[in-house]
Amino acid sequence: MDTLTRIWVYLAGQPLLWLTVTVGAYGLAQWLFRATRELPLANPVLLAVAALVSVLLATDTDYQTYFDGAQFVHFLLGPATVALAIPLYGQAERLRRLWLPIGVALLAGSLTAIVSTLGIGYLMGLDTETLRSLVPKSVTTPIAMGIAEQIGGLPSLTAVLVILTGITGAVLGIPMLRLVGFRDPVAKGFAVGVAAHGIGTARAFSHSEAAGAFSGLAMGLNGAVTAILVPVLLWLTGG
Amino acid sequence: MIPSLFTLLAFQLVGEITVRALRLPLPGPVLGMVLLAVALGLRGGPPEPLGRIARGLLDHLSLLFIPAGVGIIAHLSRVADEWLAITVTILASTAVTLVVSAATLSWLMRRLAPQEE
Repeated sequence: MDTLTRIWVYLAGQPLLWLTVTVGAYGLAQWLFRATRELPLANPVLLAVAALVSVLLATDTDYQTYFDGAQFVHFLLGPATVALAIPLYGQAERLRRLWLPIGVALLAGSLTAIVSTLGIGYLMGLDTETLRSLVPKSVTTPIAMGIAEQIGGLPSLTAVLVILTGITGAVLGIPMLRLVGFRDPVAKGFAVGVAAHGIGTARAFSHSEAAGAFSGLAMGLNGAVTAILVPVLLWLTGG
Repeated sequence: MIPSLFTLLAFQLVGEITVRALRLPLPGPVLGMVLLAVALGLRGGPPEPLGRIARGLLDHLSLLFIPAGVGIIAHLSRVADEWLAITVTILASTAVTLVVSAATLSWLMRRLAPQEE
């Protein structure tokens, strides 16, 4: 028993354990996702997060301890965002031709995301702090957290809501757009990128290269547009 | 492998520094992405190893969001109190945003760029 305690003390103090568990949970979630023939509800992020939260609660581990290990994975978000330049370059020709439709659609989508969140959230009676944390939900985590802080939300809650939105967009996005009658992978990928940032983009890449590239582009641009629009809209509505 | 890794990190670093120096309202890695895309345009395409490392990262983009998602554990009571309103808001707003974005883009593409396929 003493040996077990000593091993646990070692593991609890090192990043290795939670890093390994995170990668393992993702691997398992990926396997389940494939085993269910990519059933949208078996989204790998959703499954892995649910599994990890259960493990942390069961072992009475706090988030900070977990994140000490998981931060190595978290850090890779930055280089991965930069790497989106490569598929984007592959779509350069199309992008040159489509810059005007893309610009206008981006503005429309970004405004819709912000205004519908404010309106529906208010009608649903969300607490002001929760509502303000939810407003930047469609943009990538680091920029969403920055916006939330600026407008009086809770950045750490925003991070979670952004992930939930991403999962929703990834699960709902392409099947719903297909059902409504959209065929073009560019339009579908773009919409998923506007509504559901990087998690949507990850899903769009498994649909097609073009969908993924436009999704990544929409995600990047929407981050910048939302960061400008949110403070302006809140100021206009007297918030 | 090392030059490719260096390229990604260096563009992120330049992005982070520029965003802070000019107080731009966008994340450093997003600016890094734009700058790298421009550089690839000037160079006429990515070198093969850079393409490979980018593929590897992007194939597992989902993994990278998991640590932030687990952060829900710090907000379990708030989420438990407001889960219905949060769920409805996220679902409805995401659905509307998806349709408006896709509809605007495909409508404008047909009107303004009929040469597309």
